[in-house]
Amino acid sequence: MQSATARAERGEGQPAAGRKFGGEILKVDGISLSFGGVKALSDVSFSIREHEIFAIIGPNGAGKSSMLNVINGFYHPQQGTVTYKGVTRRDVDPHDAARNGIARTFQNIALFKGMSTLDNVMTGRILKMRRGILWQALYWGPAQREEIEHRAFVERIIDFLEIQAIRKTPVGRLPYGLQKRVELARALAMEPDLLLLDEPMAGMNVEEKEDMCRFILDVNEQFGTTIALIEHDMGVVMDISDRVVVLDYGRKIADGTPDVVRGDKAVIDAYLGVAH
Amino acid sequence: MLEEIGPFLEVLLGGLMAGVLYALVALGFVLIFKASGVFNFAQGAMVLFAALTLVRLMEVLPFVLAFAASCAIMVALAFAIERLVLRPLVNQEGLILFMATIGITFFIDGFGQTLWGSDIYTLELGLPKSPWIILDPPLPGGILVSPVDVFAAVTAGALVAGLAVFFNRTKVGRALRAVADDHQAAQSVGIPLNTIWLIVWSVAGVVALVAGMAWGTKLGVQFSLALVALKAIPVIILGGLTSIPGAIVGGLIIGAGEKLAEVYIGPAFGGGIENWFAYVVALLFLLFRPQGLFGERIIERV
Repeated sequence: MQSATARAERGEGQPAAGRKFGGEILKVDGISLSFGGVKALSDVSFSIREHEIFAIIGPNGAGKSSMLNVINGFYHPQQGTVTYKGVTRRDVDPHDAARNGIARTFQNIALFKGMSTLDNVMTGRILKMRRGILWQALYWGPAQREEIEHRAFVERIIDFLEIQAIRKTPVGRLPYGLQKRVELARALAMEPDLLLLDEPMAGMNVEEKEDMCRFILDVNEQFGTTIALIEHDMGVVMDISDRVVVLDYGRKIADGTPDVVRGDKAVIDAYLGVAH
Repeated sequence: MLEEIGPFLEVLLGGLMAGVLYALVALGFVLIFKASGVFNFAQGAMVLFAALTLVRLMEVLPFVLAFAASCAIMVALAFAIERLVLRPLVNQEGLILFMATIGITFFIDGFGQTLWGSDIYTLELGLPKSPWIILDPPLPGGILVSPVDVFAAVTAGALVAGLAVFFNRTKVGRALRAVADDHQAAQSVGIPLNTIWLIVWSVAGVVALVAGMAWGTKLGVQFSLALVALKAIPVIILGGLTSIPGAIVGGLIIGAGEKLAEVYIGPAFGGGIENWFAYVVALLFLLFRPQGLFGERIIERV
């Protein structure tokens, strides 16, 4: 609970009383990942508690995105394990990860560009549909009824993220900030337990950043979703995160509340460089 | 006046029927491109393989059983391709997948002929040989129509209607487009890539079987069937790589266009323009409308 009180002491963000964390939802243990001779991650361990907003920060090339890719199974580490909801694995399968409630967004927006906002968000419901994809192809009476239910759910998410006006617009035509929001909507449509956000505010202007911050906090508060995010904007990270892990050259150099991390010597050195 | 309409209609109709056959092959390309964003070079080889399988099985089985068994074999082939080629190449560039399909082409060509033999086989579906004469009362002499062409057109029509329902009325269509747009994003929302690829390659296999059947009846089952795929390329350039109706309309335009061109403007070139007319049309389309008539976006990977 230290992070929650730290927040209160700073006198910003939510009051400590509103922050309640559950047990460990995710634990990565001794993760090492390399591509050929390049070490992306070496022996990184941390854990994320239920309902918290957890940030992974670090300079460029520190291995932040690689870490998210390990968690949702795009990358398979050479060493170490990922424990999610009590199940320990070395290799996570992306499909299993999605099925078990891990949703994510991407650093370089990965939307289905030819499809409308609505269709993009609807793809987030695929795993929630009771009948398998093959079954739906062959027998579409009940499948159509199901579609209507899911459509209603998706409309609520669209309202929540305030993107009603662009429901029918092909996402390829939307400005960058809105695309990021549609990507978040698609992830939310999966009703995730753990939401991974890879630089959700990169390339946004101040106003868009504020909106995105508000949405992230609202999602966390209203749905209790655990959020792990990567972000470069220090102000944002320190404001909204309960806990921060700092990576540098693939190693973990700090782990704690924003206040602790902010004052950490290794972190300051990593960001500002060390005088020799 | 009527004397001139008769031959014109006959040429047009013959062209449209041939166009349906092109469309059948083009359909196989479009299905796989839509689902995996890869231009499947092996479609022609699959047509040949399917036709060979069918014709050899018909030597020992009645047609219905042989057709069912051929379908099963095409699905098994799709399964093997998904397992051995596509799955290890998940998230790779479209170009790498394209190269892989070239590899698949050579394998299927060789494997098919090793397994089934490389002779020329005649495919006998029991259709009447002599042409039907229609529209005799209004037009003097009527119009000659080949029953084989009619059979192929009807089959293709039914197939297209079925596929339209399959891909537009079901969520498979959405999942399919999602996979084509972005493999990683599709995986991240839990779309089972492997299932989608298996479905699409199986359907493309069955479409290849029907195309092989139609072309095999006309030309005999032989190696040149694999080259029919080359005629489908102008069709998909015209119709757009991502559009099922585009494949059909493109096929009809190319089919009718090249027959009419042969008859009406061919003499000016000394004849024989049927062989290259389609490619010239395709070239013009590439210059002025590279996404085709119905395509969603610029074609990048042909």
